[in-house]
Amino acid sequence: MSYKMHILVCGGTGCRASAGQNIIEKLQESLKEQHLDNEVQVIATGCFGFCEKGPIVKIMPDNTFYVQVKPEDAPEIIREHIIKGRKVERLLYKDPERKTAVSDSKHMGFYKKQLRIALRNCGFIDPENIEEYIGRDGYAALAKCLSELKPEEVIKEIKLSGLRGRGGGGFPTGLKWEFARKYQADQKYVVCNADEGDPGAFMDRSIMEGDPHSVIEAMAICGYSIGADKGLVYIRAEYPLAIERLRIAIRQAEEYGLLGTNILGTGFDFTIEIRYGAGAFVCGEETALIHSMEGQRGEPTTKPPFPAESGYNGKPTNVNNVETLANIPVILTKGAEWFNKIGTEKSKGTKVFALAGKINNVGLIEVPMGTTLREVIYEVGGGIKDNKKFKAVQTGGPSGGCLTEKHLDTPIDFDNLIAAGSMMGSGGMIVMDEDDCMVAVAKFYLEFIVEESCGKCSPCRIGNKRLLEILTRITEGKGSMNDLETLDNLSKVIKDTALCGLGQTSPNPVLSTLENFHDEYVAHIRDHKCPSGQCKALLSYKIDPKLCVGCTLCARNCPVDAIIGERKEPHFIDTAKCIKCGTCIDKCKFKAISVV
Amino acid sequence: MDKIKTLADLKKIRDHVQAKIDLREKSENTENMVQIKVAMGTCGISVGSKETMAWFLDHLEENGIRAVVTQTGCMGYCSYEPTVEITKPGKEPIVFGHVTPKKAEEITQKYLKKDELVEGILPANYDTIEGIK
Repeated sequence: MSYKMHILVCGGTGCRASAGQNIIEKLQESLKEQHLDNEVQVIATGCFGFCEKGPIVKIMPDNTFYVQVKPEDAPEIIREHIIKGRKVERLLYKDPERKTAVSDSKHMGFYKKQLRIALRNCGFIDPENIEEYIGRDGYAALAKCLSELKPEEVIKEIKLSGLRGRGGGGFPTGLKWEFARKYQADQKYVVCNADEGDPGAFMDRSIMEGDPHSVIEAMAICGYSIGADKGLVYIRAEYPLAIERLRIAIRQAEEYGLLGTNILGTGFDFTIEIRYGAGAFVCGEETALIHSMEGQRGEPTTKPPFPAESGYNGKPTNVNNVETLANIPVILTKGAEWFNKIGTEKSKGTKVFALAGKINNVGLIEVPMGTTLREVIYEVGGGIKDNKKFKAVQTGGPSGGCLTEKHLDTPIDFDNLIAAGSMMGSGGMIVMDEDDCMVAVAKFYLEFIVEESCGKCSPCRIGNKRLLEILTRITEGKGSMNDLETLDNLSKVIKDTALCGLGQTSPNPVLSTLENFHDEYVAHIRDHKCPSGQCKALLSYKIDPKLCVGCTLCARNCPVDAIIGERKEPHFIDTAKCIKCGTCIDKCKFKAISVV
Repeated sequence: MDKIKTLADLKKIRDHVQAKIDLREKSENTENMVQIKVAMGTCGISVGSKETMAWFLDHLEENGIRAVVTQTGCMGYCSYEPTVEITKPGKEPIVFGHVTPKKAEEITQKYLKKDELVEGILPANYDTIEGIK
């Protein structure tokens, strides 16, 4: 029998961390108590994307969208909504502008501009049930390829669709497949690059958690096209839920005969294995990834030879990113022409972005290419937190750059972002407001790069270290104006001479902040001031003698006894002793202490 | 589980599962579908609105009608219960009174299928918040 109502509960990592699993158990318990467990089905789905307000619970068929649900809310949802048909008002999403409750996800600003292709099944199906995927036309693309299309025709269709690699570089996927097909060998490999390393990016994880079969199906299609019968997923071990879902999915696909030998009676064989990475950033680079899978150090090698010619174990290998693969089945079922209509001239389809930082709707979104940064940040993202002023948005992770106010109306696609001095990267988008210091931001990314550099080539290993030293000096107020020129020169040298993609793009955060926020660098160097009040070394704390009443609260709480003064007399801070921890500001009841 | 050996096997599973997840598909596109709301206040339930709702849930498909059936609270027509509000795509909602399963059948055959009105339509006696300009 079929259920009359479905309760979808987000089972992504974010919502599970806030007791999502517990909510499912409580809902099932309450349903059983009310003898409704045969009429209402509770389903754990993948990520809905609206992580800011998780855990999310969605009730079908009336499409009610509950946010920040706690396990103890379960009985009320069953009693009120399921039995009496009254929505639980206090759990509905409140429109931040109009202050009214929005019950239906379609009326939420967050979803209005979105077009979900790669995320089509995330938050809709149960990722641990292959039948739900099949019910959404899953494996139909594979079946179509195996029974109706020649490998060359599949590649032609992918080429025609204009799909470009979603992992960062934006290389045309169809072309990549064609190269891998061209080389003859007794064994070829399809590799799924699930080594998602950009800080703040989690789209690949969400796809694997919410719709693992789309990746498996696409890998099999790729295998058919390039002539490979073995697939490998390289995933970082720190994604336990994604790994678990992927394993379940692979096992189910094998049980159903959609992986293995003689798939759908067509004589095509394909198997998939999972390989675990230790979470090194450089292993997202395809040659380093391949070496890591071979059991060697995760270090990149020069291309050519490209993996298409000599990859895993020296055999022709095609490496695609998770999000790229998730697009493949839809392109083949709906046709390249359909996909081609979405997006801009040179960047087709959609792109998933992970919104993070000082933005209201932190979460995972998917918009057509060509959507402007303004639309993404202000409409989908709901604007800047606490109504502060927008300062910059960092795209492309450590390889990307910071874009400013003047770039807000740029339509997002691969080429426009590069022209603006940043890049698409894997789609991390970190929004910064007036309180963020751009020199410190550049320093943060360089710290990451220095940490993650594999050390093989000297421009990256030594050059980035020197860049970091200069930036550290500047944030401590010890920089000189010559440093700016050195930063610029050194960055450009690293860009030109580093071995792999990681090194070649690593100075981007420095170059883009140098260009867009030159004044901030100058303020740090010449005036010894951090305009955003972030660089500790350049701050000093001061007590306003007019406002201080001499309550001694600050002096008693100061961990280093840097505050002196008699009772009922204004106090003073000994700046030589002060460690700028901010405790006194928090403690002062008279707002007498400020940062200057 | 038997392995899927042919395209036909795959299609069979797809069609079978599609019926199960159809509810979710429909909920995403309610504008193009008939929406049926069954009043399930105490008054409605006591005179059999549960049976009415069950009838709609079980019989619409065989009549070839794609609809979203939901429950709602008391609509205020307590003396006409069970009451059912039906909204066809692009049309004003209509409220029917005394909808027993038998009446539900009549509504389905006449109003839903042929757009013919049936006895028992209740006049709208209120404005909605959206209606006030």
